[in-house]
Parts: sequence; C-alpha cells; structure tokens
Amino acid sequence: MSAILPPEDRVWWKQPLDRVEGTWVVIALIWCLIMFFMMPYWHVFGKQNLANEAYRTTPEVYMKKAQDMVDKFTVRTETDQKIPVVAPPAGSDVYLVARLWSWWPILELEAGKSYRIHLMSMDWLHGFSLQPENINIQVHPGYDHVLTVQPTRAGTYSIICNEYCGINHHTMSSKLYVK
Amino acid sequence: MAVNRMFRTCPSTGLLFHEPAEKLMKAHAVAAVVSLLVGGILALGVTLTRWQAVHLLSPDWFYLFLTAHGVDMLVLWIIFFEIAILYFASSTLLRCRLATPGLAWVGFWLMILGAIMNNYAIFSGTSSVMFTSYAPMGAHPAFYLGLILFAVGALIGCFVFLGTLVVAKAERTYNGSIPLVTFGAVTACIIAVFTIASGAIILIPTFLWSVGLVEHIDSLMYRTVWWGFGHSSQQINVAAHVSVWYAIAAIVFGAKPMSEKVSRGAFLLYILFLQLASAHHLLADPGLTSNWKIFNTSYAMYLAVLASMVHGLTVPGAIEVAQREKGYNRGLFEWLRKAPWGNPVFAGMFISLIGFGFLGGISGVMMGTEQLNLIIHNTIYVPGHFHATVVVGTTLAFMSLTYFLIPVLFRRKMLFPKLAQWQPYLFGLGMSAFALFMMGAGTLGVPRRHWDISFAGNAMPYEFPGAAWLMMALTALAGLAAVVGGAIYLLITVGSVFFAPRVDVPDFKHVRAAEGIAPAPAPVAAAIAAHHPNVGMAGFVAPGTLVLAMVFLISFILYYFVNWKYLSTVWPLS
Repeated sequence: MSAILPPEDRVWWKQPLDRVEGTWVVIALIWCLIMFFMMPYWHVFGKQNLANEAYRTTPEVYMKKAQDMVDKFTVRTETDQKIPVVAPPAGSDVYLVARLWSWWPILELEAGKSYRIHLMSMDWLHGFSLQPENINIQVHPGYDHVLTVQPTRAGTYSIICNEYCGINHHTMSSKLYVK
Repeated sequence: MAVNRMFRTCPSTGLLFHEPAEKLMKAHAVAAVVSLLVGGILALGVTLTRWQAVHLLSPDWFYLFLTAHGVDMLVLWIIFFEIAILYFASSTLLRCRLATPGLAWVGFWLMILGAIMNNYAIFSGTSSVMFTSYAPMGAHPAFYLGLILFAVGALIGCFVFLGTLVVAKAERTYNGSIPLVTFGAVTACIIAVFTIASGAIILIPTFLWSVGLVEHIDSLMYRTVWWGFGHSSQQINVAAHVSVWYAIAAIVFGAKPMSEKVSRGAFLLYILFLQLASAHHLLADPGLTSNWKIFNTSYAMYLAVLASMVHGLTVPGAIEVAQREKGYNRGLFEWLRKAPWGNPVFAGMFISLIGFGFLGGISGVMMGTEQLNLIIHNTIYVPGHFHATVVVGTTLAFMSLTYFLIPVLFRRKMLFPKLAQWQPYLFGLGMSAFALFMMGAGTLGVPRRHWDISFAGNAMPYEFPGAAWLMMALTALAGLAAVVGGAIYLLITVGSVFFAPRVDVPDFKHVRAAEGIAPAPAPVAAAIAAHHPNVGMAGFVAPGTLVLAMVFLISFILYYFVNWKYLSTVWPLS
C-alpha cells in the first residue's frame, strides 16, 4: 500500500522515469503547447476576438451618449413601452444600455457592415447573450466595452441576459434586427 | 501539559487512528453529509424547476434554492469532508497524534457557526445573490460574515494539519518522505491557504460594504479577486480527490505510484500554477487585455492541465501494474476486466476518474480558451462542466472513500451492501449524463441561473430551438437519477453510522488523558523496493492505460477543434 505509506526508496527522486509515463508527459506537454499557440494564432488569423477596448465611465455620461444616438437614428418604436428601434449608420458608435431588467434601445443593423457596439450596465452585472449566434459577453457597470461587430446574416436575433441580476433576471430580453 | 496519545489499530487495514483525530474526522464527516443532504434537497428543487414541463418553484424560491445549493454543496459539503481528509492524511497515514485537537474543535465549531449563519441569511430570503454574490448586487451582512467565519474555521483546520506534519517529523513516526497521498493533501492545504486568503481579501471589504462602512465595490475588481477564491477552492477539490484516487488505488489494489517523482511533480505543478488559472473566468470581461488573459490562462492553466493529464495516467497506470503483478497480465485490458467492479470503493473511484477527465477536463480546457469562451460564457454549459468536475470528480471520489471509512473509521458494518454496489453507477452515470445534457443545452445558448427560458409573458421573447428544450428535459431526468443515487448514499451512510451493528476492535478501549500516556507507535520499516516488474507488453508496464490515455487525447483534440470550427462561423468580432 505504497501511496499511503512513505516511499520505499528513500531517494525516490532518482528512480528512473517509467516509459509509459515519460511518453505521456511528452505528448501531453506538446498538446498543451499547441493549445497555447492557438490563442495568439487566432488573434492574428481568426476573425472572432474579444475587443481590448474599454473605458471607465459613469452611467450618466454613458446614458447621455445613448440618448443622443437614439434621438438621431430612431426609425420606429416597438411594444407597448414604445422602445425605440435605432438604425445607426455603418461604422458608427452604437450604444446598448443594460439595466434592471431591460436592454435599451432595440438595434437594427445591416448585414456585412461593421459597427462599434458599446456595452455597459447602469446598475448590476449583466450578461450580453446574442441568440441564436451564441455570442456571450460580460457587461459591467462603469466599464464601457467597445466591440467591433460585423453581422453576417439577415434575420431577427434576440439579446437575453445570462448573468443573474435579481428576481426578474429571466424577463430581460430584447431583439436585434439585421437587414 | 500531558500529551494525549490514544491510538487504536484497525484490525482489517492496519491503519492507526489517534482517538482525538478520529473524533474530529467523524464530526467533520457527519457535518459534510448533513450539508450534502440539505444541498441534495435543494438540487431536486432546482432541477425540477429548470425542467420547463414541471417548473416547480416560483422565481424567488428558485433563485433562493440555487444560491443555497451552491453554498451547501460547493463549500460546506466539500470543505467539511476535506478537513476530515486532511486529518486522515496527516494523523492516520503518518501514524502520529493530531496537533492541538482543542484548537481543531474551535475550527470545527467556527465552521458550523459560519455555515448556519450563511444559510440563515439565504433562507431568510434576503440573500438570493447566488454563490458568487457579485457586487454591486448586495446580500445580507450575515451572508458574508457566515462565509468569513467558515473560512477562518477551515484555515484553523489547515494549520492543525500542517502542525501535525511537524509533530510527525519531530517525533519520527515515519521514515523518509511523507506518503504520496499526504503529499497530495499538503498540496490541497497550500492551495486552501491561498484560497482563503483571496476570499478574505474580497469578502471582508464586501462585508464592510454591506454594513455601510465601505462606499463602493468595483464589479471588475470583485470578480477578479473573488475568482482567486472561487476557482482556487475548486483546485483544493482537485488536489484532494486526486489524493483520494491514489489512496483508493493503494487500499483496493495495493497499487504503488508508477514513479513518485512524476506524481509528486504533478502535484507541485498544481501548487505553482493552478490558482493563477482562475483568470479564465474573466475571458469575456471588459477592462482586461488579451495579453493578460492569454498569459494567465495559458502558462498557468496548461501546466496545471498537464498535471491533471499526468495524474489521469498514473492512477490507472498504478492500478494496471498492480493487477498485472497479481497475474492479470494477458492482453491490453484483462487487468481492467478483472477489476472489482462490484466493490463500490473501486467502482466509484474509477467512474470519478473517467468522468472527471473526459467530461470535466476536456470541457474545462475548451471553455478556458480565450476566444472559445465567447460561445460558452455563462451558458448552462458552465454548470455542465463543473458538475462533471466537482460532482462526478470530487463528490463521487469522496463517496467511494466513505464506503471504505464506514467500517474502518466509524467501526460499523455497512448496511444495504447490495444497494451500495449499484450506488456509484446510478449516481456517477446519472450525473455524467446530467453534465453532458447541460453542455448540449449550453451549446444551443441556454443561459445558466435562469428561471424561465420560455420567456412567458415577455414582450420580446426568444424562442429556443426544440433541441434545447429536449436537452433541458433530459438534464432533469438524468438529474433525478443522480438525486436518487445521492439519496441512496445518504441512506447507506447515515443508516450505517447510526444504526448498523458495531465492528469489534480487539484490545481497544477509551483511555482518558489523565490515566496516562501510551508510547508513540513504532514506525513501519520501509520495505525493499522491486521496481522493474516483469509485466506488461512491448516494453511498457502499463500498455492498457497508455491506450486509454490515447483515446482520451484523440477525443480531446477532436472536441477542441470542433469548437474552433464552430467559433469560426459566428459573427466576426474584434
């Protein structure tokens, strides 16, 4: 019962490496290195990387920018609550507000164009989850996170919250249109 | 001060128990099992609510149950059991008295007090903030204070363990180096001290914030430091359950490590690198650069992954060598076919090993890749992953060890032995299926910690595909199987410990310290090693294990690149 007894050899560190173990350690190490190189590789050659661009700001400042955008680019309103649907020009800054318990406003984007989408929470943590694309990003209060996004296919998408944010967390969902 | 040295030798295993240590182990094990019972009832509520066809609880109760389930299982059940393991790996395996049993009891009662306080805060309905309690969402101050007291108690347990190592060394109760299992327990203890320190750094300010003494807790700072606690605590589990695997391999088969150097080196990698890997929880967060994310999830995490891959080979490898030496030397897999599959100690341990590696390990590394995290973060894939690691891996390993401890530590006959034979299969396979279906649902975007994926009554609902609903229903069915398996474990353990006939130990009687001091037991003489057993095939002593490891590696590689392929189809982001 050796694993629960002191090693039989007092100088156990000089015991030669077993062939099975040696082979496996080398293979496993190579595989770990490959997994490491995949991340920088994707930064250079892949198209899906999370932006490093983020700014500290306050809810008031962020909300004002969002309101300015909504005032300029609203095309219609939806639902009983008259949530504005905003169609900002390609390449522009698009502000999405996360708060208890809604996403605001509704965005309408064009396929094949890219947009600088800003994400920030007004209160607690939220989770931006775009379905059915299944892109998931953490949304913090006080951190304006800027992603350059290029929708590929036209359709009606949903944004749901996937970070628990209190009792009505499961009601926090919105739409995103791609034309 | 009189040194209390009361020992008994277990007649069936030859293990030596120090009586005060034995009492502490029993107390911690009982507290662990009670937590498992509470957590298991909560699990039933959670899983029946996420099955949309049943949708058992109201949202406030669901979020309350989920918070309590996280704390009671992930913290209380596991850490109570781990402290028992620390005492076993030090006092029992080193055949030495436990250092400062009185202080150890202080630690125990602090843990109990903290556990009750935290659960009180949750069940009062004021702290449904989930196990992670992300600020700026606030809980009742008792929620944080309970966790802090519990952590202080656990920290005392860690230092009693370290003190016991010092006692054993000073009193020369063993020769040479400490056993591998104790080495693994030292690893767990060192990681635990780091974990508790991180917990203190974040929970103390958060507690002060909850009572109004600190003005602001930054959400990103909270997540960064909290995961130094939240993830590292899972690494305590990994180090502990890997030690339990080695212990069970030694107990059931008399297996010895293939080489001490490799196994201990792998534990050392855990100490050096595992904690830093907690950065992989922040891969989808703003404000941290890609360089930071890659650095922390690559060199740190992959060296720890390497260590787990090594243990994943050396544990079954050691069993294979032991079996081959017993004569099961034919073909690649005779050793495995002839293994005692009807012995729950072995069956549970082996299912734990396979489930942890194939389900928990592969999914964990995939999620921990910076870009791949985008298609996984906060979906129900994440609980799928950690139910494979912490339930199939840790909990099942601890359950298997319990079947060994009932006669040895509690000195009771095990009740319902037939039921016990089936328990690891029902629980292990049920839980594996549960984890797998959750991962399936997560791949389809189903969020974790979500009361209603039908978005009933919502002005802008999202309709999940039918496959996602099917996955969630299957998750619930598998979850029910696992809950039944867990209930059988509780029935056998509680029944045996409290109601089964005693196992008589010859020459054992309780001695009070005042009645005199027994001499310290003599150390066991080290046997002469025979290192090159004449077994195996093609120059490999454990060829079957190597083949299994290759199957694992190929599954790993395929699954890893399938996910890159999937990522390449989503919207370009930069």
